[in-house]
Amino acid sequence: MIRLLQLELQKLLLSRVNKVLIFISFVLPFFILLLSSFKINFFGLFTFELGEMGVFNFPIIWHLTTFFASQFKFFFAIVVVSMIGNEYSNRTLKQNLIDGLSKREFILSKFYAIVFFSLISTLIIFLLTLAIGLYYSSYNEIGIIFRESEFILAYFVKLVGFFSLCLFFAMLLKRSAFALAFLFVLYIVEWISFGLIAWKSDMAFAEKIQNFFPLKSMYKLIDQPFQRLAMTKFPDKTEMAYDFAVHWHEVLIVLLWTFIFVFLSYKLLKKRDL
Amino acid sequence: METILSINNLTKKFGSITAVQDLSFSINKGNVYGILGPNGSGKSTTLGIVLNVVNKTSGDFSWFNGTVSTHNALKKVGAIIERPNFYPYMTAIQNLKLVCKIKGVDISKIEEKLKIVNLWDRRHSKFQTFSLGMKQRLAIASALLNDPEILILDEPTNGLDPQGIHQIRQIIKDIAAGGTTILLASHLLDEVEKVCSHVVVLRHGVKLYSGRVDEMISSHGFFELKCNDQETLVNYLNNNDVISKVKIEGDLITAFLNEPIDATTFNQMLFKENIALSHLVKRKESLEEQFLQLTDQQSN
Repeated sequence: MIRLLQLELQKLLLSRVNKVLIFISFVLPFFILLLSSFKINFFGLFTFELGEMGVFNFPIIWHLTTFFASQFKFFFAIVVVSMIGNEYSNRTLKQNLIDGLSKREFILSKFYAIVFFSLISTLIIFLLTLAIGLYYSSYNEIGIIFRESEFILAYFVKLVGFFSLCLFFAMLLKRSAFALAFLFVLYIVEWISFGLIAWKSDMAFAEKIQNFFPLKSMYKLIDQPFQRLAMTKFPDKTEMAYDFAVHWHEVLIVLLWTFIFVFLSYKLLKKRDL
Repeated sequence: METILSINNLTKKFGSITAVQDLSFSINKGNVYGILGPNGSGKSTTLGIVLNVVNKTSGDFSWFNGTVSTHNALKKVGAIIERPNFYPYMTAIQNLKLVCKIKGVDISKIEEKLKIVNLWDRRHSKFQTFSLGMKQRLAIASALLNDPEILILDEPTNGLDPQGIHQIRQIIKDIAAGGTTILLASHLLDEVEKVCSHVVVLRHGVKLYSGRVDEMISSHGFFELKCNDQETLVNYLNNNDVISKVKIEGDLITAFLNEPIDATTFNQMLFKENIALSHLVKRKESLEEQFLQLTDQQSN
């Protein structure tokens, strides 16, 4: 396992384009988070400080930072897609197999790399959130600090699931650009099928089904936090309340998709003549 | 003799096209094999199957008597397919380190192998800056990293300039001289003739011949003759049982033999008939002539 991970890391980190993309996808969001937590003085007219608005309070900060950081996953998606696309276009996939890598090992090395980078990203965001939170939060009891820290787990599962989907599309289409376009196509297909089901039956049933779609299920892990933020300001407006929590069945659905995508990638490679 | 690779009734179909049909042969340790055949005869497909990149339709093959799985067997094999495939953004040495990691060999071999192919000075250059000849030599270095039991080369001189072709051939000859088993696929017959002891001849995915190069055609060779009195000579040859066929091209007469006879005896026979030759050479068919003869026979 270590050998396979080392293999993949060497392939990834020696390429400058990949290094830049990895930097953008993992380090940049944290820099922005960090910057936004500082006090910004607008020409002496007024000071702008997010921390004062209560967004960095425990436990809501877990929700907010993970949601915000996961928007940057698209940059690493480019890396995932191109690490497969390049193996095809350079024909190094063929050479790897000839050199004695098995097809199973090939897919696993890609998957390990995905897990590895997701884990690093998760670790960084955990530490950063904890630091910003401890600095700003009005609450500092252990119980409150770690309440809702399950968003961190959801963040990790979400990344792994999304990148596995990218892996599968890249294996299927062999070309990076097509794979990225296919992500967009899948997004549209999910909405069209949601519309069709809602039209044929009713809205509530369609929403239930929709939660099983790959992209939607990943999104559902960490719902948008803006309504919740608004709620903290206007706690009496109960009609705005919605279900934002991380449920175990949501995690399960995404894990299942992850398994399906990785397994299908392997089956695809196994069947293919290179 | 130790068997390295055996192929039994291997068949590969691409849709309705049969690329390899019912192919069987085996590779023994220490010999240099050539796979011969025109373009599209199934050479690369056969190699692709045994190298784990193309799926067979039926039949089977086994490496090292089937004692190890295919991908583990490939760690003891060095192979170059069609054109060199490496990561363009890595240097020569980084690419070889990656191969070492896949094959599970120590990186200390890299220096030795890069020196064999004369690329040690360029070890820190990126692969994308290499010329085709250098890329092909790097591929050979990479294939040699694990001191392979067998080296498989598919069209190793394709697309190279004469100098590059010469360098690659010299390297192959040196490796063969070191006792490494080699399997060389090519449509260039003189290439195979120069280095191989055994051949497998394919056409349209069907095996026409496999065995030693010099036993490919049961022929006793031929004489090339010149004589001032051509008519008498031709008359004599046509009435002689030893000669199967006479061919005349300008003043050069080619006489094909029915039974083994050496040049001295033949010269004496002619001299007794008062025929004095101005030119006498005994030759065997070149691989190219044998190959064309073999493929002609099969199509008739």
